[in-house]
Amino acid sequence: MSGSSNILAMKKIVQQLRFEASINRVKVSQAAADLQQFCIQNALQDPLLTGVSSSTNPFRPQKVCSFL
Amino acid sequence: MCDQTFLAITFGPCDNCHLSKPLMNIYLKNEPINYCSLCVEEMACQGLAPNETLATLKSESDNLKTKLEEERAKLHDVELHQVAEKVESLGQFVMKTRRTLKGHGNKVLCMDWCRDKRRIVSSSQDGKVIVWDAFTTNKEHAVTMPCTWVMACAYAPSGCAVACGGLDNKCSVYPLSLDKNENLAAKKKSVAMHTNYLSACSFTNSDMQILTSSGDGTCALWDVESGQLLQSFHGHAADVLCLDLAPSETGNTFVSGGCDKKANVWDMRSGQCIQSFETHDSDINSVRYYPSGDAFASGSDDATCRLFDLRADREVAIYSKDSIIFGVSSVDFSLSGRLLFGGYNDYTINVWDVLKGTRVSILFGHENRVSTLRVSPDGTAFCSGSWDHTLRMWA
Repeated sequence: MSGSSNILAMKKIVQQLRFEASINRVKVSQAAADLQQFCIQNALQDPLLTGVSSSTNPFRPQKVCSFL
Repeated sequence: MCDQTFLAITFGPCDNCHLSKPLMNIYLKNEPINYCSLCVEEMACQGLAPNETLATLKSESDNLKTKLEEERAKLHDVELHQVAEKVESLGQFVMKTRRTLKGHGNKVLCMDWCRDKRRIVSSSQDGKVIVWDAFTTNKEHAVTMPCTWVMACAYAPSGCAVACGGLDNKCSVYPLSLDKNENLAAKKKSVAMHTNYLSACSFTNSDMQILTSSGDGTCALWDVESGQLLQSFHGHAADVLCLDLAPSETGNTFVSGGCDKKANVWDMRSGQCIQSFETHDSDINSVRYYPSGDAFASGSDDATCRLFDLRADREVAIYSKDSIIFGVSSVDFSLSGRLLFGGYNDYTINVWDVLKGTRVSILFGHENRVSTLRVSPDGTAFCSGSWDHTLRMWA
């Protein structure tokens, strides 16, 4: 059993590699440029990046000054 | 080809040759059949073309692997941080613990946000699963699981249920009720069954389907209502530790990372592995898609986080420092994808600039290793859970 299951396993590996070798790829410069563009486009909508004032962010405690 | 989901041995008459022999109970296209080992071998050999031997297949696989490497290297014309040189550097970040959620009696292992951006579910080693209101730090629901080490928990998109699992090898769904006195454990529904521990689970875009990954090396897609297995994903050679679904509404791919150092991208409908990345030096503990869906980050025991681009089909950035020697347990992106948060086993959280590859900030606060980290759905804060029994909200 082990002999044929090795062959079966190898056949699956070869089929998978054939599939992976045939996919379309893009140059890293292009992919990197797209990632960068996405970051920049969405930078303003990112509260952790831009910081949110205490009044609108429910997690930041509001600084309350009280004069006693 | 046989699709062996479970392999068990019983004794009896073979379905093919009718001789009484030890049988292999295998599943052929989800139908169980009982063949003796001789008939299974004969059936397996029928799949081979003439002249295909182990040796020829091995050499072909080696050739294909080198060819893949060459193809990938051809397109590697520049590094991500070189492209990002012209981008403005990020300023100083001040992020502090804004809330501390105390209540777990043991290590917090996993957490997830509700889509209402306010509620959180967390699970711990002592078997407790707690639903919190993160703004007020109140506990809304608590369930005690029958097993310890609840390593996975997830919130349903509707906010009406939570799923969790761990050493019980199952994923159970608990519908959340508004009635505080209701016994949640009574309504529990067992959905997934694996042959080893459950490492991660996630609802798909609806409450109706759950994706799970397990220590048995497989991932699986289940229908919640019937508990039926819809699709299984085989390809990892060792435990699968993490998974993440692609962000798009129509998306039907997900990425998984495992102890075999590989991160695989799968097609949910066909069950096929579309892409595979093997550059980490150790177990991959966490994977998370980039917000655009074109890339994903991974965190590993080799103390690095890496960014893999799906269209370029390669790793495009490594986030590491010589001074960081402890493994990464979990990673997540900020809303724009510019920041990558990593929870480390040295009790800290490192914040990386995704484009430039530099560390922006290091956050201290936890008193034991950070085990889980998720950014809230609206990006205003992120939550980290740790072995020090607490969860912290950072903003």
